[in-house]
Amino acid sequence: MEATVVRTGTEGKTWGGGNEPLKSSYGKMMMWFFIVSDALTFSGFLAAYGFSRFKFLDSWPIADEVFNHFPFLHGVDAPMYYVALMTFILIFSSVTMVLAVDAGHQLKKGKVTFYMFLTIIGGVIFLGSQAWEWKNFINGTYGAVYTNGGNVLQFIDGEGHRVALADIAVPEASVRVEHEARSGVWFESERSLPSYSIEEVKAGFAANPDLLIRTQIMTEEGEKTILSREESLAKLDSEAVGVVEGANLTRNEYGPPLFGDFFFFITGFHGFHVFSGVLINIIIFFNVILGTYERRKNYEMVEKVGLYWHFVDLVWVFVFTFFYLV
Amino acid sequence: MAHDTAHHHESNTKRIWTVFVILSIVTLVEVVLGILKPEFLTGTSFLSMSLLNWIFIILTIYKAYYIAWSFMHLEGETKGLRRAIVWTAVFLVSYLIFILLTEGDYIYEVFKNNHVAWDF
Repeated sequence: MEATVVRTGTEGKTWGGGNEPLKSSYGKMMMWFFIVSDALTFSGFLAAYGFSRFKFLDSWPIADEVFNHFPFLHGVDAPMYYVALMTFILIFSSVTMVLAVDAGHQLKKGKVTFYMFLTIIGGVIFLGSQAWEWKNFINGTYGAVYTNGGNVLQFIDGEGHRVALADIAVPEASVRVEHEARSGVWFESERSLPSYSIEEVKAGFAANPDLLIRTQIMTEEGEKTILSREESLAKLDSEAVGVVEGANLTRNEYGPPLFGDFFFFITGFHGFHVFSGVLINIIIFFNVILGTYERRKNYEMVEKVGLYWHFVDLVWVFVFTFFYLV
Repeated sequence: MAHDTAHHHESNTKRIWTVFVILSIVTLVEVVLGILKPEFLTGTSFLSMSLLNWIFIILTIYKAYYIAWSFMHLEGETKGLRRAIVWTAVFLVSYLIFILLTEGDYIYEVFKNNHVAWDF
């Protein structure tokens, strides 16, 4: 070794690598660089969301009406309670994480273990909550019909309450059968059919004089436009071409398809970060238990994974604002 | 550096809980405002955005500040590292937001006022 190294006589001096202007270890600095670049990725997604939202400024869904579920409160309108709860869960797991880092500075292995454990539990609960949120979003509540132009028409009764397709549609005898792979010449299948056909919805709508149509277009007061009975009938008859229940990447019952796409993509990407954060936390957790950092007399690994975990929390703060509040 | 972390760190538990309380209160305020949507805040517009949305965004940045400074311990890093992280993100993100939102608004105007139809 000694033979191959050229001694310059500057070891430990400024130009010999002895200068550390940022006074930060290599690992921590690299974690920060990763976080900055990841923050820019998320900013790109959120700015793209802003772009599409500005593009459809007067027809974007109102978040309170989309995300209004709460566990065990069926049919109760609970706008934002659930996401607020998710935010608290994530903030709290951030707190336990920083407590673990703090305990690590004092080399208290037991405390680090305990707080890391709580952090992992918090992350898992958050992931579960997000899965539930997705389930509600995908299944939808009321259903709607879509038009030629890709717009969504929703149904309300005389008092302005939303009405589900199931309460409107009149089941008919001649229902089209879903085309399955086994019944064709070629093994092609189609997407599952909605519970009701557009004809059934149209017939049911015409039969019930109480029903009205709500379009996506926002009025001056920030509410969705409600058509008169005559306008509703004409609109449904001339423009409605299909039924949409819940959400997928092509269509959703809430508004422009992009709304669903961005919801899946951004919350999904964030959820993936939480998921990998939980995995890394688990690895570090086991290292703590095994005493790896105890032997090193240094818990910097906990600090580094902590940085990542707080970053995930930080991103959620922004996602929360731009998807649910603004 | 790694070897000196063990020495001069006293416990910051009190500060951590204070920050937690601040973050919780701010979140609560946001949620309450989001549910109530007071008329005078949604109705008043400042720089083509409603006052309520401005409040949400400012509170979000306030929360982000506490998470980054306290939880991610930016307040304890050197000025150089802190600036490299914060200003890089701030400048690039503001530019991105400016460009994309301006463009989005332009397309909205085109769809609305010109003879371009996407609703057929």
